Amino acid sequence: MTPLLNVRDLACRYRVTGKRGETHWLHAVDGVNFTLDAGRTLGVVGESGCGKSTTAKLVLGLQPASRGRITFAGEPVSATRDSHWRAMRRRMQMVHQDPLAALDRRLTVGEQVIEPLIIHGLKGGPQTPRERALALFDAVGLRAAMFERYPHELSGGQRQRVVLARALVLDPELVVCDEPISALDVSVAAQVINLLQDLQGRFGMAYLFISHDLKVVRQIADEVAVMYLGRIVEQGAPDDLFHTPAHPYTEALVSAIPTVGQRDRKRIVLAGDPPNPVDRPAGCAFHPRCPRATAICRSEVPPLRPVAEGRLAACHLVPAVSARSAAA
Amino acid sequence: MLHPVPGSTGAAPPLLSLEDFTVAFAQGAGRTRVVHGIDLTLQRGEALGIVGESGCGKSVTWLAALRLLGKRAVTTGRVLLNGRDLSGFSERELADVRGGRIGLIFQDPTSCLNPILRIGTQIGEALRLHRGLTGKAAEREALRLLDRVGIADAPRRLRQHAHELSGGMNQRVMIAIALAGEPDVLVADEPTTALDATIQAQILDLIRDIRRDTGMGLVLISHDLGVIADLCDRVAVMYAGRVVETAATQDLLGSPRHPYTRGLLAALPSLEGPRVRLTPVGGTVPSPDAMPPGCAFAPRCAYAEAHCGNGIPVLQPAGTGHLSACRRLDALMGEWQRQAAREAGRHDPVVQDLDWPNRDRQRELSA
Ligand SMILES: Nc1ncnc2c1ncn2[C@@H]1O[C@H](COP(=O)(O)OP(=O)(O)O)[C@@H](O)[C@H]1O
Ligand code: SF4
Ligand code: SF4
Ligand SMILES: [Mg+2]
Repeated sequence: MTPLLNVRDLACRYRVTGKRGETHWLHAVDGVNFTLDAGRTLGVVGESGCGKSTTAKLVLGLQPASRGRITFAGEPVSATRDSHWRAMRRRMQMVHQDPLAALDRRLTVGEQVIEPLIIHGLKGGPQTPRERALALFDAVGLRAAMFERYPHELSGGQRQRVVLARALVLDPELVVCDEPISALDVSVAAQVINLLQDLQGRFGMAYLFISHDLKVVRQIADEVAVMYLGRIVEQGAPDDLFHTPAHPYTEALVSAIPTVGQRDRKRIVLAGDPPNPVDRPAGCAFHPRCPRATAICRSEVPPLRPVAEGRLAACHLVPAVSARSAAA
Repeated sequence: MLHPVPGSTGAAPPLLSLEDFTVAFAQGAGRTRVVHGIDLTLQRGEALGIVGESGCGKSVTWLAALRLLGKRAVTTGRVLLNGRDLSGFSERELADVRGGRIGLIFQDPTSCLNPILRIGTQIGEALRLHRGLTGKAAEREALRLLDRVGIADAPRRLRQHAHELSGGMNQRVMIAIALAGEPDVLVADEPTTALDATIQAQILDLIRDIRRDTGMGLVLISHDLGVIADLCDRVAVMYAGRVVETAATQDLLGSPRHPYTRGLLAALPSLEGPRVRLTPVGGTVPSPDAMPPGCAFAPRCAYAEAHCGNGIPVLQPAGTGHLSACRRLDALMGEWQRQAAREAGRHDPVVQDLDWPNRDRQRELSA
């Protein structure tokens, strides 16, 4: 079966100007590979600046890649903004952190849910656009009375529901969610997480779910990719990956999460900040902060390779398994 | 409205206490009250966590107590520092308290620092104001403080500006400035919320270390129960401008005795245990100008009964050093204890007696 989304060797660099006017290259995404099957959820975690949001924009063709290939339902995605791109964009939608910024304050939220149907010249099947939009209001748990309200008249959680209704009105196969619940309070976040799961169960779209919050990603993802400085350093099933991390960075990230459960757990505290992607360290980019780094880590880039069944890691210390024993 | 608080029996007055403290904001011709009579005590060296959703009055309480909200905020009740009422303090004395006896740090360190002044100048200012240090002595102390908060290459950092430093580094600078006055207590409002996970861990460890070395007290305001659990001895849960539950951290997390606290815990996703569907608290925090009558949590409470709307529940004993403001406390404690006994061993030990009426609707998500 061809995956819904197939990303090969994806890279994106930005030209930045230094203090003395000199040019540097900032490698925001640097050789990322993953696939996502229809109806599934891939979670992407990592700290700010590791390339999560850039990956999201590249996948949607909102921004050109400097290297690599993206295919969606077997067709190449390019950032050309032509009719082909628009037709494809209808099938891939985006939800991000700040629903207020995503909505137009001068239009009622109902109009904004209808809007994509009109832009794409769709009738929405046997329903009128208004009926279709109202059906989605119901699906995301908004009362019909909210239809005529303006964004600032709604709470943060309600706004995020509107954004979801608008993303779903075109019946997309992929929804890219970039920190969709980071601005919400605990209880409202739980409502939206449940809603995302229910909507997936009902409409069957795939999620590329980006978050810095490991607990949320564990709750929602079928598979998780951990990014560090523009690359995936570990990938696998959420419980395996979070309970027995293979990569030292994943291990530190998991141990950094304060939990209400294990109070006196020993924490691995990494020194320093994540390095600036402009001067990405040679070898393993994590080596200046890695408690386990050895000489080889400073010179050779560890490839992302199978280390156990269904698990990939990019670390010299984690022995690779052959493809055959990985499948066994 | 005073209640027994653990540890408050000694002769010395508590370091800091709020007594029947209220805050209202002038709004048009009238006033909207956002904090409705809070009693809180912080003993010397204690770490108190304040938790609740946004808009519950966590920040406003402490900012108003230190008179940092200007004239629009009107307060009643008392704020006592070592037994002395702050309302009798002059502006000058208050300025001495803030940054002197009481250090303050906030969520967004980069915007709290002055963008046009060097880091060294800002630490130097705090040292001059609160310790009377100037010149070489101030510079030596500034270097020591930066070193204390784990900033390497201190001489160079002193000459830099906030925008040249990362968010985590700026929060360290804010902590250094707070420490300049050798405070008895640090009030930290969401100090790690804007930081990445690995940097948050660094800052939490730093605050813990400093407390171990200096015995400094801590008021930690956070929406994140994990962060609170990490640092605090005791927790107060706020809802709609009131404290609805307070207890030692272990007791509060292990046997929460207020429906709101139980709701917050059940809504949290976890990294451990089986993946179960989350149990959100429906609805949202009421806005201060549309407060429901009686128990403000009633419209969202799974246990609410008609009489919950009659009069405001007061804090009452719910265990040793444990207070909860719920009208149905007695009935619910029995119910929760029976459920806990039934379910013992079936759940994560920390939340094992945590039960929500529709738990049986939770389905295992991992398949
Ligand atoms: N300057 C202000 N003027 C009017 N209302 C305010 C002001 N600051 C805060 N509030 C209101 O006070 C309530 C409590 O706010 P806050 O203390 O910030 O809550 P928390 O810190 O728990 O998120 C909220 O309803 C908020 O909207
Ligand atoms: S390759 Fe070396 S530096 Fe990189 S994570 Fe592994 S041990 Fe650490
Ligand atoms: S008083 Fe009633 S509504 Fe309020 S928390 Fe208790 S049971 Fe719920
Ligand atoms: Mg606040």
